[in-house]
Order: sequence, then structure tokens, then C-alpha cells
Amino acid sequence: MATTTADAPVVRRRRGALGLLAWLCGVLFFLPVAWMVLTSLHSESDAATNPPSLGAPLTLQGYREFFGASTGVSPWPPLINSFSASLMSTLLVLVLSIPAAYALSIKPVRKWSDAMFFFLSTKMLPAVAGLLPIYLIAKNSGLLDNVALLVILYTSMNLPIAVWMMRSFLAEVPVEILEAASIDGAGLPTVLARIVAPVVAPGIAATSLICFIFSWNELLFARVLTGVVAGTAPVFLTGFVTSQGLFLAKVCAAAVCVSLPVLIAGFAAQDKLVQGLSLGAVK
Amino acid sequence: MNSRRTLLRRTVPLGALAMSCALLTACAGAGGSGGGSGSHSINVLMVNNPQMADLQKLTADNFTKETGIKVNFTVLPENDVRDKITQDFSSQAGQYDVATISNYETPIYAKNGWLAPLTSYTKKDTAFDQADILPAMQESLTASGQIYAEPFYGESSFLMYRKDVFEKKGLTMPAHPTWQQVADLAAKADGAESGMKGICLRGLPGWGEVMAPLTTVVNTMGGTWFDKDWNAQVDSAAFTKATRFYVDLVRKHGEAGAPQSGFAECLNNMTQGKVAMWYDATSAAGSLESGDSPVAGKIGYAPAPVDRTKSSGWLYTWAWGVQKASKNQDDAWKFISWASSKKYEELVGEKLGWSRVPAGKRTSTYENAKYVAAASAFADATANALKAADPENPGVQPRPAPGIQFVGIPEFTDLGTQVSQQISSAIAGKTSVEDALKAGQELAEKVAAKYADQ
Repeated sequence: MATTTADAPVVRRRRGALGLLAWLCGVLFFLPVAWMVLTSLHSESDAATNPPSLGAPLTLQGYREFFGASTGVSPWPPLINSFSASLMSTLLVLVLSIPAAYALSIKPVRKWSDAMFFFLSTKMLPAVAGLLPIYLIAKNSGLLDNVALLVILYTSMNLPIAVWMMRSFLAEVPVEILEAASIDGAGLPTVLARIVAPVVAPGIAATSLICFIFSWNELLFARVLTGVVAGTAPVFLTGFVTSQGLFLAKVCAAAVCVSLPVLIAGFAAQDKLVQGLSLGAVK
Repeated sequence: MNSRRTLLRRTVPLGALAMSCALLTACAGAGGSGGGSGSHSINVLMVNNPQMADLQKLTADNFTKETGIKVNFTVLPENDVRDKITQDFSSQAGQYDVATISNYETPIYAKNGWLAPLTSYTKKDTAFDQADILPAMQESLTASGQIYAEPFYGESSFLMYRKDVFEKKGLTMPAHPTWQQVADLAAKADGAESGMKGICLRGLPGWGEVMAPLTTVVNTMGGTWFDKDWNAQVDSAAFTKATRFYVDLVRKHGEAGAPQSGFAECLNNMTQGKVAMWYDATSAAGSLESGDSPVAGKIGYAPAPVDRTKSSGWLYTWAWGVQKASKNQDDAWKFISWASSKKYEELVGEKLGWSRVPAGKRTSTYENAKYVAAASAFADATANALKAADPENPGVQPRPAPGIQFVGIPEFTDLGTQVSQQISSAIAGKTSVEDALKAGQELAEKVAAKYADQ
């Protein structure tokens, strides 16, 4: 009893210190984002001052530029391209990765760990190493500057990660309830739809969001393989950089607009995301 | 209920799959109207400089309205645009009909057969008035007697200085300053206002960043990258003297953060009143004198400083080249003929202001009363700098390849960039000028070996 009362303030103090540290880390991670938003609201010459001026007057000029005030170019086509490529590839990844993960966890095939390693090994080659052959294949098959090509590439790029993530989520499903269900006479489709799906729903949400974000942010392939028709939002974003003038406020405004869809998606799926991402951690 | 669920369960995934397939095959993308196959649309790939943003804005309401030709622009930063142009043109993929290339790329691309010659168009299109294009510009965009690109705007380099600061400190800028005089003035102007440095000079790595002004200093101090027999000269006495001069000047009296400063940073330093002088592109004047600039009207302009040569300004142009594989060459010419015309300069002057005119390519621009009045501060200085530039003979000795702030060979982008990293490191004080140039000499010798046998 005596030891508990003596320890309590120490524990409380330690917790307080940890809480402070957590807040500090949070603020530190948030700082660049806050900076981006603040810069996006400044005029170009204020945005470029060093040291930065916090009290400079605010303006929406950067945002007007993003929506084509000085060039008359609409940001919607690249945003739509990014959205369709990301959404389609995410759907395809889910369609392909869930059965694969099922076969690698709940009813593991032989040598399943080799298969898992093979999936992972595809991520070990730097993407840029495959760029030239992909460019030539795309050029010769007439797929250059086509969103379909991006869908194929983003699907293959995200598939290994999705399989790994989904496998760890599916491995969490207790075998006992699956057995109980099949004893009760449920067939595979019923087991999948009514028992497995609800348990791994947060995992699917987390996986989809990560695949969506990776596709949305992808620049290398989009820059090389798209042109006039299928250009994506990140490529459009880089178009604000110029070597002969000031551009920081414009780029920041564009970056805020381009990151909004991902932020909104993340916010909407927050509960599921936290559940999904911590599923492996609480094992 | 049960059957409805089964039906749902079966149709939803099937529907999703069908939709995916349909979207995959049908939805090529949301931008533009097609990959350049339409007879009345062309695809243009260009660098994102302010003059190009103006062009983008004016195209639909003027060019497209007059000709019915739709122009699809792709705009990228300088390094990215170079990569993409090289990629599209070298494979003759034909995605783009027109691209912005410079006088560095034009002869190289032309030699490789990537560009469509434009001479026959210039002869037919008398309204374009080819004779009005500045001779140095036209020459730098011509290869084996054929014109391969038309300039959109051109620039040389000159020295910009704060007249008010000079007056306050009792300093005078000579009409034709030498580099030694500039260094002395920089020392005197240093600290003229609180936090003000004497001069801004680029220190950012890149063949088109620090190497551009530095190479003009090397030229005028008697150095060269290669002698006429393709012997590398990077560690020669003259090259070393010029580099040491440049590095010392920027270290002693240059802007804060010099190793990370390029054109944009120096423009900002000059606009914010952090430096008293700036040696860079003549195209900077348009930004410095524009309506919202705090230093407008306070800037004086002097020719590029010299040492052993009479002039030392560079010559650079962003020009329009047509891809040989383009199926819309006639429409492409119509676009170029409009974008590089006198009429377009008038249009920018009337709609956006005369200081934003893409100048530096036509003799008539400097005879246009409205332009000369609006750009009085820098128009003459720019025109003189452009006339004085001589890409064939920029130094004190004969050269094996043309170019003032570059050497006109494909290997130069890589060589220049690698050497620039060493120079930037010397400006940061991490390495000595001698070591930097020794490393540069080794790289230059490898390049020279390729040409020595030819």
C-alpha cells in the first residue's frame, strides 16, 4: 500500500511526460502541413522571404492560380484522371489480393511463405529500373498517355503490399469460428460473406486507403507515361514549378488542393483505419 | 429475400468487374481531345516560365478562335521538360507536335534527325518575317543550312544594380565594367543597408544554374572547357583563375545561402533588397520592373562584366521545335508562326502589359515605340547584350563546338552538372577550387576522348 502511494506520482509524472512528448511529436509532424497551408495563403513575394514572415497579409491568389486564373487551365481533368486511376486500381487490387491472402492464411497453400516472399521481392527492384522497358511496351502497344496503363501499373505496384496486409488481417480471424460455422452447415461463400468479411472489414478499409494514397501520390510513372490526355494531379502539381520566377505560394495552394481528397478519405475512414492498422499490433 | 440477396451477391461483383473492364477500355483520360491524331488539334510540351503561362492564357481566345486549331499544353518544370522532350523526340513517339527547346538542344536534335526543318514554312509564310529575327538567334537555331526552331523569347546576360544604393554610397557603375571593378563595387556596397550583400551570383548546382554565369567569367578571363583540338582545359590556369575569382567574390560579398541560390533565389534577393547587384539573365528585368515589384524603377543595367574579351554576355533562347514524327506539321507551324509573331507581342503588350512581352528575338521589338517606352529601363541594355553575344567565338581562343555558357555537345548537360556540384561545394567551403577543378578535368578528359579521334 505504502509503495503504491509512493509510486503513483512517479507514474503520473512519467505519463505526463510521455503525453507531452506525444504532443510534441504530433506538432512536429503537423508543422510542415501547417506551413504549407500558411504559405499557400501568402502572396508570392511574401512566401519567398527568408526568414519567413508570419504576419504577412493573407490572400487567396495561390488558389485562384490553381484554378487557372493566369493560365486559364482547369485542374479538373488531371484530378479526374488521378481519381479514376487510383479508384480503379484500388478496386482491382482488392479483387485480386483478398482471394490471394485467403489462400495464404486461412487455407494456406503449400510453400505459402515462399509465395509471400516472392510477392515482397517484386518491391525490391527500384521502380525506375523498370521504367524504360515499360515505356517501350506502352509505346508499341499504343497505351502511352492512357489511364488504363496507369490502372495496370498501380495495380501491380500495390498488389504485393495489399496481399501482405490482407494476409495479416485474415490471419487474425480465429479458425474456431470458421470451423463452428462450417459445422453449422455454412458453405464457403456464406463463411466468407457473413463471418470473415465483418471481422476483416477494418483491414479492407485500411488496405484500400493505403493503395488509394499510393496511387494518388505516384509521380514517376505518371510523369513519364502520360501526356496531354491522361496527366495526373501530381504531374499537374509539378507544372507550377518554374526556374524563372516565384512559385512557392502557387505550389503550396496546389498541394493543399491535391492532398484534400486523400485527407477527406482518411478522415472518413478514420475509425476503421485505426482499427485496421492496430489489428496486427494488439495480437 | 434470400433469392434477392443471392442475386445481389452474384450481380454486384459481376457488375463491378464489367464496369472496371468498360472503364479500362473506354476511359483513356479526362484531359485533351486525343493523342494528336485529330486534324485540328496539336499537342505542345513546354517549360513553365512566366512567358509560357501568358501564352497558355491567350491561346484559346485568340489563336484557336482565328484558326480553329485546338492547342493542348503540357507544362513542366525545366529539368522535367527536358527529360520528357528527349524521351518523346528520341523515340519519335509523336505524342507532342511542338516542344520548347533551346539553342543548346536544337543543333543536337537536328543532327539526330528528331526535328522537322522549318525553312520551307518560313519562305511561304511571309507575314512571319524571318528577316526580322535577330541574326544571332537565327544562327543558333540553324543546322546544316536549315532552320530547325523559331525563338519564342531570347535572353543574354547583364549586370543589374541598385541605382539608389549606389548613389547613397557615392558609387559609380562604369559604362563597361570589368569583373575587377565589379568585385571592388561589391565590397563597397556590402552592408550599404542592413543585411544587404554586395552581389548575387548563382551557386546552385546544375549546368544551367551556376555553370551558366561562371562559364561567361571563364570565357572572358581567357579560359575554355576544351581547346580546338578537344583537349580538356578545366584545370588550366585561366579556368582556375576565373573560378577562384567567382568563388571568392560570392563567398566574400555574395548572398546568404549562395550554394543553394539559382535564378529564382537571386530574383527574390534582388526584389527583397537583400543584394545591391545581380549578374544574370536579361529576362530578369521584366520581373524586376513589373508593377508589383518593390524595386521597380530603382535598377540600373550595365553590360556583362568583362576581363580579356570585349563582351561576355551569354545567348539563350526558348524556341519552338517541331517533332519529325508529328502528323500535324502544318498546324504546328501555324501555332509557331502565331506565338513568335510581332502580332503576339502586340497582344501581350495590350492585354498583359509591355514589360511582359516575350522579347529578345525580333529587331522590330526594339523599334516598337510602345515597348521601348514601357521597357525603357532595360530595352536598350537587352538589345545591346543580344547583339554583342557571339556563340561561335565567345572567348580568346578558337572552340571546337559553339556555345557561350555551354559547350554544344550532348555530353555537356552531364559534364556541366557534375562539375557544377564540385563548384557549388567549393562555394560552400567544403572543397577547394583546385580540388573541384581537378575532379572536373578528369570528367572533361573522358568526354574529350570521344571527340579527339574524330
